[in-house]
Amino acid sequence: MNVSITVNGEQVTREIEPRQLLVHFIRDTPGLTGTHWGCDTSNCGACVVLMDGTPVKSCTILAAMCEGHEISTVESLEVDGKLDPVQLGFHEHHALQCGFCTPGMLMTARALLNESPDPTEEEIRIAISGGICRCTGYKNIVSAVRWAAEYEAAARQEV
Amino acid sequence: MQTPAPFGYERATSVDGAIATLRRLGPDARVIAGGHSLLPMMKLRLAAPEHLVDINDLHELAYIGEKRGEVAIGALTRHVELLKSDLLAEHFPIFRDAEQVIADPVVRNRGTIGGSLCQADAAEDLSAVCTALKARCVIRGGDGERIVSMEEFHVGPFTTAVGEGELLTEVRIPLRPGAGSAHEKVERRAGDWAIAAASAAVWVDGGKIADAGLALAAVGLTTIHVTRAEELLRGETPSDELFAEAGQIASADCSPTSDGRGPVDYKRHLAGVLTTRALRRAAARALEQEA
Repeated sequence: MNVSITVNGEQVTREIEPRQLLVHFIRDTPGLTGTHWGCDTSNCGACVVLMDGTPVKSCTILAAMCEGHEISTVESLEVDGKLDPVQLGFHEHHALQCGFCTPGMLMTARALLNESPDPTEEEIRIAISGGICRCTGYKNIVSAVRWAAEYEAAARQEV
Repeated sequence: MQTPAPFGYERATSVDGAIATLRRLGPDARVIAGGHSLLPMMKLRLAAPEHLVDINDLHELAYIGEKRGEVAIGALTRHVELLKSDLLAEHFPIFRDAEQVIADPVVRNRGTIGGSLCQADAAEDLSAVCTALKARCVIRGGDGERIVSMEEFHVGPFTTAVGEGELLTEVRIPLRPGAGSAHEKVERRAGDWAIAAASAAVWVDGGKIADAGLALAAVGLTTIHVTRAEELLRGETPSDELFAEAGQIASADCSPTSDGRGPVDYKRHLAGVLTTRALRRAAARALEQEA
């Protein structure tokens, strides 16, 4: 079947089998291997992308179900060489080691801050509870998201 | 690499269209909504439908509203909406209890109440919640609608009353005065299935329990409706002793199996403790409503 999905603002059209999962549709697109394919059972959260702005696990959605929808992947965070505040926060707070969970964590965190710009530590922990990180113990991820929230609040003040 | 076996895919654009498609495709077609139960089962070849009918565009089935003395929930309402709903929190706080511990927030963005009930997995929380609340399910087919109780809806493990060419469209929960409800669950880690979970609802009248609803998840082949405990509670004054006794009945009347989540005696014990706790919280909420 022919499927057309907007990925990071660009329309991607491809002939696929109905059983193709969104994570593979994305990763088969040149330059878009940032979305990680992990547990394949919707447990680990490495494959989280935004579907019409909402975080979803792309290993458990058929690409066919995304026809006509907008998908944003981790590659959409950096714009013209400028990192997203969430990415800066991960850098500042050393919120990754191996980096496998990072694309999912970044997209989940981005969606959280879009909806709730000033989350508490508890709210951050709940929001990222669909992602598994075996390196950081989560502490630095939570600090990084808080840092990004404060960075964005300061940036809003300046404007 | 986990990939489902090949299937045909059709996207429904209306409820009538979905039903017509299901009738045309016959017994090998399945409805897909959030897909977070069905797709994992298809990857494991536990399910292998030849056709999927995608109902995610049927926005007319995504709502929570009050009508004719009932709260009506559209089958395509997602877990995140059930969690956020102030109407549900006001009348049936059990939904917020349960939705905080169903899967994780990202999964809750996709999963639906209709999908959860139609999956009919004994370990799934909303089946217990709806059983305790004495909800009814609206099933639509080519010849119109029929309305069934939760007992009638759940025919057996992973099996429901929704037949060939039919679609679950709505869940209705009666609004009755003096209601209180609560859900208690113990899981190994965030987002896991329950080791055991208990859903309780009580309706009080003049300080006494006029009616009660009690159901257990993950401790049997199907959702366990603890009718013996409901009978015990009816007409009684809420007390810790009464709820402890109801917990003992729940412990005795469930039928857990031993697995990675624990041995049988532990799960039975847990079912009892969670029943007592859920009843205590449900009754406190009911009495608060009545006060």
